[in-house]
Amino acid sequence: MQKITRDQLVEKAVALLSDGTVSAVLGWSRGEFDYDITPAVFKSAEEVKENFVWNDFCGANFSKYLVAQTGKVEGKILVFLKPCDTYSFNQLLTEHRFDREKVYAVGIPCEGMADIAKVREIVGDGIVSIEDDGESLKVSTLYADAPVLVGAKDVMAERCVNCKSKKHVAFDELMGEDGEVIESARFDEVARLEAMTPDERFLFWQNELSRCIRCNACRDACPACTCEKCVFDNPDSAVENKAPANSFEEKMFHIIRAFHVAGRCTDCGECSRVCPQNIPLHLLNRKFIKDINEFYGEYQAGAEVGSRAPLVDYTTEDLEPGEVFERGDQDA
Amino acid sequence: MRKCSLDSINKIFGKIAETNKLYLPVDGSDGVAVYTKWEEGKEWSNALNTVRSPKDFFFPQVENLMEFKTSGKNIELTDIREEAEDFVIFGVRACDVRSFDILDRVFLTDPVDSFYASRREHGVIVSVACSKPSETCFCQTFDNIDATNPLGDVTAWKTEDSVYFKANTEKGEAFMKKIESLTEECDDTAVAAEKDKIAAIMKKLPLKDLSADAFGGGKTDTFFNVPEWDELSATCLGCGTCTFVCPTCQCYDIKDFNTGNGVIRYRCWDSCMYSEFTKMAHGNNRLSQKERFRQRFMHKLVYYPENNEGIFGCVGCGRCLAKCPISMNIVKVMKKIGGKVNE
Repeated sequence: MQKITRDQLVEKAVALLSDGTVSAVLGWSRGEFDYDITPAVFKSAEEVKENFVWNDFCGANFSKYLVAQTGKVEGKILVFLKPCDTYSFNQLLTEHRFDREKVYAVGIPCEGMADIAKVREIVGDGIVSIEDDGESLKVSTLYADAPVLVGAKDVMAERCVNCKSKKHVAFDELMGEDGEVIESARFDEVARLEAMTPDERFLFWQNELSRCIRCNACRDACPACTCEKCVFDNPDSAVENKAPANSFEEKMFHIIRAFHVAGRCTDCGECSRVCPQNIPLHLLNRKFIKDINEFYGEYQAGAEVGSRAPLVDYTTEDLEPGEVFERGDQDA
Repeated sequence: MRKCSLDSINKIFGKIAETNKLYLPVDGSDGVAVYTKWEEGKEWSNALNTVRSPKDFFFPQVENLMEFKTSGKNIELTDIREEAEDFVIFGVRACDVRSFDILDRVFLTDPVDSFYASRREHGVIVSVACSKPSETCFCQTFDNIDATNPLGDVTAWKTEDSVYFKANTEKGEAFMKKIESLTEECDDTAVAAEKDKIAAIMKKLPLKDLSADAFGGGKTDTFFNVPEWDELSATCLGCGTCTFVCPTCQCYDIKDFNTGNGVIRYRCWDSCMYSEFTKMAHGNNRLSQKERFRQRFMHKLVYYPENNEGIFGCVGCGRCLAKCPISMNIVKVMKKIGGKVNE
């Protein structure tokens, strides 16, 4: 499904390591299976040649890793960025979270990533190999006599089905063709929730958030969550908690987090991708993005470095709080 | 051995539910199986396993231990434990049944954890053989786990059209007695065939040759300082997913919740991946994610066996393989730092 190949990326990484442009590479490392890919820091051309992988399961957004890794590496680190990753990259730069000079960013095109859960829904359990066949994935399982062909579009991750941009907004070098910002249907599901009665909506979130195991994966994967010490991890904060003490608190964790990243969330979708309980957390963030767009005009976090988010900026055109209140009233 | 038709299994559930709370894997609204209290209309999931392990039944994620109420200079202390009653967990897989033994060795050795012990005493475990293991399964790496013939108070086998039951303990006999009128006596021909079928699949699993022989008690010095920990932990997010989906992770914290006029003291799962794990008065003894990451795997592969007659603290259920956000897991660790493949 991907247009750019693994070999092209390996060649690029090896060349940049060899000529000394970079001393390390942030890339995807081969797993036990074809889908369990681990982000890795490659230090040598040999490691890259042996373990670097690029396929439809390379969903991880590396931007946040730059916060930690740029401090650890001598010289520059090469990072491969898919279009959506570049928005997180810019947003982190806007927040001064890593040293741009320590990074060599290569933009790579992305045709959308596959969701292994969707693959399983079609082929079942026991997946032993997945080969990319161009338009489809050829999946072999322990239980089917012959490999099953699965359409790439049918197993595409939700965030990729609703891809907001094929355009890279940050890079030192671009491989392949750059794309355009896309008019996506990403707010449709939010609109559906908005159309619910408050009781229905409460029930919806009750059902979703009650599955939370408070593993913090959403927060820890989120490129907008880069506090040195999260308030929820700080024993002195009085709200530190390793488990929800009650169901109210369980909901509050996610709502507080959504507020905290409002205006900074680029809608990369990592929160929902990593959730072990399949909670559609991105919908909370998208609600904020949709509201911000409607209240203050279209705003895309990370579209450029240094932009002032509407929530921390003031213009005389700003919506009066009363209008927000009235609108809220109508929705209720 | 007794059997019933698969179509009539809900009658069995109904019979048990007349006298006991019955929990079993049921598909949730997102299609993912979760242990749910059975009631009319709930269907036993076909999923291989649940995301959350059944350890919750004995070692819940949060439980209140006691309550303090203050008025003036008086402190009133209340034991807020709920009276435990017998309950049945149905459909537990071989790996998860084994995980209870691993937890027992922690909670039931002196000093006995009375909260855990009481639930363990009241729980009846009905295991079920794994008709369709997943590629992430590696229970064969560890001793005393047989996916064709799991342990538990009762062992069940689910075939295309029937469910077979065999009691293993006194509690199991009592369970069988309860469902006697809904089941019929049978020989073990069908079960033997099912076992053979499962055994044949187990031989095809991609992780079938994973060996833990390189690990075990007394190996702290061998593995503690190997350079591979840097690489393995380099991109660990430090979330608690692996520890919270793990059926054998047993660490917890005890905390006080301020109610305004008193305190509820509760216990909750803790994760060695967290920055404040085992934080003490002097601070924290594991300052980097590498150290936290190493702790988890050393605990399962070296420290636990060292204290428990060589038994590993992993049952090969594969949940961490499926759920880690960066797909880093115990299999990759074992292969990287010493697990040799059986020839």
